[in-house]
Amino acid sequence: MRKTTRRTPATVLTYLVVGVAAVLFLAPFYFMLRAALMTGTQVTDPDWHWLPDPFTLRGFTDLFDDPSVPMAGALGNSFVIAIVTAPVSTLLGSMSGYALARISVPGRGVVMSFIVVTLMIPTSATFVPTFVLVSAMGGVDTLWGVIVPGLFNAFSVLLFRNFYLKFPQEIEEAGRLDGLGHLGVYWRLALPNSGALLASLGTLSFIESWNAFLWPLVIGQDPESWTAQIALSTFLTSQSINLPALFAGAVVTILPLVVVFLFAQRHIVQGIAATGMKD
Amino acid sequence: MSDTATTGQTAAAARPAGVRPGRRGRPTDWRAVGAFAVLTAPTVLGLGLFKYVAIGWSFLLSFSEARGTVDLGSWVGFDNYTFLLGDEAFRSSMTGVILFTIFIVPVTFGISLGLAVLLHGMRRGRAFFRTGFLIPAAVSYVVAALIWKMSLFNGLPSGVANTIGGLFGWDVQSWIASTDPPLYWIVIITVRLWLQVGLYMILFLAGLQAIPVHLYEAAALDGASRWARFRHITLPMLRNTSVAILMLILIAAFQAFDEFYNVFMTTTGNSTAPVRPPLVFLYDTALKGQDYGVGSAGAFLLTLLIVLVTLLQGRLVGFGRKD
Repeated sequence: MRKTTRRTPATVLTYLVVGVAAVLFLAPFYFMLRAALMTGTQVTDPDWHWLPDPFTLRGFTDLFDDPSVPMAGALGNSFVIAIVTAPVSTLLGSMSGYALARISVPGRGVVMSFIVVTLMIPTSATFVPTFVLVSAMGGVDTLWGVIVPGLFNAFSVLLFRNFYLKFPQEIEEAGRLDGLGHLGVYWRLALPNSGALLASLGTLSFIESWNAFLWPLVIGQDPESWTAQIALSTFLTSQSINLPALFAGAVVTILPLVVVFLFAQRHIVQGIAATGMKD
Repeated sequence: MSDTATTGQTAAAARPAGVRPGRRGRPTDWRAVGAFAVLTAPTVLGLGLFKYVAIGWSFLLSFSEARGTVDLGSWVGFDNYTFLLGDEAFRSSMTGVILFTIFIVPVTFGISLGLAVLLHGMRRGRAFFRTGFLIPAAVSYVVAALIWKMSLFNGLPSGVANTIGGLFGWDVQSWIASTDPPLYWIVIITVRLWLQVGLYMILFLAGLQAIPVHLYEAAALDGASRWARFRHITLPMLRNTSVAILMLILIAAFQAFDEFYNVFMTTTGNSTAPVRPPLVFLYDTALKGQDYGVGSAGAFLLTLLIVLVTLLQGRLVGFGRKD
């Protein structure tokens, strides 16, 4: 008896609350698309229009025709940065993680502490001096200046170390019998068997570097080296705004990530669950 | 480690027989050292340069007069620190970020936990809703700030918030420019909520899934109410997850930059911004104003605040740990 009286209203209420929340969470995407597909005058019309009337792609063509907003080049820069950062930073994390977990040498604990201590340093403490360093090395307005400081991630080292601690001893021994050294075991056996973690951390790293704002803003002062986020941010604060083109810019900036998200959602969820739980 | 581990390694290193498992490691295995060095060198060098050298240099700069230059040499002692502590703009940026943190932490925590609990109790459609709440987490702060500033809260009668307000007969609000009452807080807080709730909800869901079902079954047999089960099983079992999440929200809030920069930036710069959190202040000081000494000192003061608050939170949440 208790079951029926308790479950039905509570379940209805649950779905109602979650449903309303979901509408609120997805509504901003609708407002963005709506404005991107409208004419400039309709966007600012005080009378509400649920759908663009007429539908127009003018916003998108205006966006890529506007010489003051180098959106195409900026998207290209963002793509290069993310496509280099994601695999390289993940691979470097995996290499160090493997060495710390499986290669016993004197001084290993010192190297471990050296890496882990950097987790306690917030970004706020490093962005000014890192700018100073990178500019001294001639990295201002270059893509490598945006990429290189972001390649070293103590946190992914730690996650890979925990992962390789559980890597089966038998596989390592089999490799040894076949004459592989430490590097061979890592490259031929351990790395190919870390697919899930590589995919999770790689996907998160791709999203993170695509969305990064502060560091690319600091280092990319010339429009040639802008990322999509910087170009969009500049567009947002420019003198005369073509609203449909601005929202079209938001759409094209989000689009690659929506694609990544739809194809790699499982990796993203696992990655968040893995990275969130530091302890 | 087990015996197999030791024999496996000694065999592979081809050490002379007679090295007993317990004493392994005395003679240095140079091939292992070489492999270890090759694998860790990039990370150690990278972190060494971009964290240790950078922070060391910055620490020295914070005691130097360094305007338009990053050369050390003109030492000024604690002048940069005392200047900042006496500077009205820096102090208001610190109080601003503390206020922001006081708003954002409980709201983000509560909504993420609430949604996770509701989703966890769903029989159908859980994956669908999880995706719905997680998608905004893939959006950048720039895009979110753009939608909030130019569509939701744009201050024109055509804005979404003003259109909805119009249905209730409310006046058109300027939202971002509205300082009395400070409606801009609604804009700033909701941007971050939209982007972050999904992430923390996933973490809470993972925590909820780790709670053994038999606890709830036993409690249900004892006739415990929904609320009692939440209060006496769910919350205590989520303890570690909650502490970790609080820490993540807190540290991220103190380092807020993107949404403040983009929401308040106008064609004439951000001097009219009602709140400039420390990172925006540091950006303006060090990179726009090229005062690297004061900028470095400010970075250390902010780091100190983050460390203090983190420790304080550890103390507070650490109470009653004996269970």
